[in-house]
Amino acid sequence: MMSAILTVCRKEIFDNSRDRRTLLTSTLLGPLMGPLLLVVMFNVSISRVTSSVDQPIDVPIIGAGYADNLVAFLASRGISASEEHDLASIDEAISAVRNGEEDVVVFVDESFGEDLASETGAHVSLVYDESDTASDQRVGRIRGSIGAYSQQIGNLRLLARGLDPAVVRPLIIDNFDVSTAEERSSILLGMLTYFLLFATLIGGLYLATDTTAGERERKSLEPLLATPVPRSSLILGKMGATAAYMLLSLALTLICFTVALPFMSLDELGMSTSFNLVTALIAFVVLVPYAPLGAALMTVVASFTKSYKEAQSYLGFVILIPTLPLIVAAILNVRPSLALMAVPSLSQHLLITNLIRAEPIEAPMLAVSFATTLLLGALLAYAAVRLYERERILG
Amino acid sequence: MIQADSLSKAFGKIAALSEVGFRARDGQITGLLGPNGAGKSTCLRILSTVLRPSHGTASVGGIDVSHDPLAVRGIIGTLPHGAGLYPHLTAIENIRYFGLLCGVDRATLARRIDRLIQRLDLGDVADRKAGGFSQGERTKVALARALVHEPPHLLLDEPTNGLDVMAVRQLRKWLQELALEGRCILISSHVMQEISALADDLVIIAHGRIAAKGTPMELADRFGNRDLEEIFVSAIGGEPS
Repeated sequence: MMSAILTVCRKEIFDNSRDRRTLLTSTLLGPLMGPLLLVVMFNVSISRVTSSVDQPIDVPIIGAGYADNLVAFLASRGISASEEHDLASIDEAISAVRNGEEDVVVFVDESFGEDLASETGAHVSLVYDESDTASDQRVGRIRGSIGAYSQQIGNLRLLARGLDPAVVRPLIIDNFDVSTAEERSSILLGMLTYFLLFATLIGGLYLATDTTAGERERKSLEPLLATPVPRSSLILGKMGATAAYMLLSLALTLICFTVALPFMSLDELGMSTSFNLVTALIAFVVLVPYAPLGAALMTVVASFTKSYKEAQSYLGFVILIPTLPLIVAAILNVRPSLALMAVPSLSQHLLITNLIRAEPIEAPMLAVSFATTLLLGALLAYAAVRLYERERILG
Repeated sequence: MIQADSLSKAFGKIAALSEVGFRARDGQITGLLGPNGAGKSTCLRILSTVLRPSHGTASVGGIDVSHDPLAVRGIIGTLPHGAGLYPHLTAIENIRYFGLLCGVDRATLARRIDRLIQRLDLGDVADRKAGGFSQGERTKVALARALVHEPPHLLLDEPTNGLDVMAVRQLRKWLQELALEGRCILISSHVMQEISALADDLVIIAHGRIAAKGTPMELADRFGNRDLEEIFVSAIGGEPS
């Protein structure tokens, strides 16, 4: 029994190592895609945040002439009135923003000076596109600066009347952000677990297909089923090979992350990560039970399909299943608990998030995660064996 | 010995095989003859235990295929329709895999593979990947794979399909040698001439039923015609009008 399982497992590992497509997906696609994507995403978002904080803004101000002091105040905060526009009315400003020619336009009312002098409330309009997230930072800075100018004038008016400006600010909000740099990075690095789960599954995708639907398609399944080996041994051997490729893909992905993360300028975002070789190793251990679960799941799904192509399109969806608990977790912002450890893929996500936050992993949680993941894997493996005992498996 | 008694198999409402009974003796080649879709493959698949009979019984070497399929699989060698080799493995690796699955130890296996490679004249392709093999090479490797655990029974489903004349003659010679060694060989075909030159016993099957059985001589006597092709046509119910 054991030797037959090993024979099948060894053969599938060896056979598929000669298939360039299989090797490419499990040693390159999965392992490299996640880290590369993450590095790019990080650096883009970092450059956006840092650039908009430091860089001067050029903004078209219609009617700048009606508000010389405001324009000077804005200029002192790095927001200069752009000369290169021919906008004259608020309607033109609206269409310019809508067309994407400008991302934000300031409009100063003709009566601005008068209203300011008569203390009736002077109007300044901001024209922008809320759906254009790229301009968020600029709009926010301009709005904040105009607000600051407004407050400055308000304070002066109160002082002129002999009042302390604090009179109109009865409450003062003091912000204490208790998140550590590690915790802030965990929001973005939450994606890391998704990439790890994804790489694990994709590493076994071709094997799961080849050892089931592929075997049927090239008509090698019938002679195989006619050998004196119990179906359970055949299936376990095949799943073993699939899981082995998954673990290979996972290990390579972790190595890539360990190498790539130092290239992410996390500290510029006020984040830091404690992702090193030791964490990578612990993450690997946390994810080990996930490989047999994934292998069993894919084998079961592929067993229902009639051809290689059909199997691949179904398995494409299967790869998405583990992300569902992750999305729910992200929306509800759940914290690790023993009960949640019973949900495979969510438990791994929470444990690895803990790891990245440099918080300790509790042994009972790890044990529950291990047990439930392996149990579900065993149930699926049993289902696969039953499927292979049906004669319809020959297709 | 292989024996089938009122063997029936239905896929849903379609009866692929009804009440088929025959016997294939050791040391003989038994031909299972019939047109395409007659039920030959279904019959062989039941005997190789990958399908279960709906009714009736079948036994190989005295072991019932329904009661102990695993034991039956240990004493049969199969060559299913389409050789079904692993394209990324070499001829030797393909054969070795099945030898290991059949529980042959590595030393014995290496010796046997050497002998089979020689006997089946596979020396040129032994270390080449099966992906590029011709139909003839594929069939030979698949036959070696079926023989690697030296099974006393051989179930061959249309082994001459896609082979050229020379390859067919060679295959015929090997099968006769294998029968002389005392093996029980059951071979299916829809080509009359191939079987007539080879089989000691004939089972003609049409529409899932036995149309006629006996030695080629007996059949010729019964149908009053010495040409086997004529026997075949009249046995399966005449030419389509």
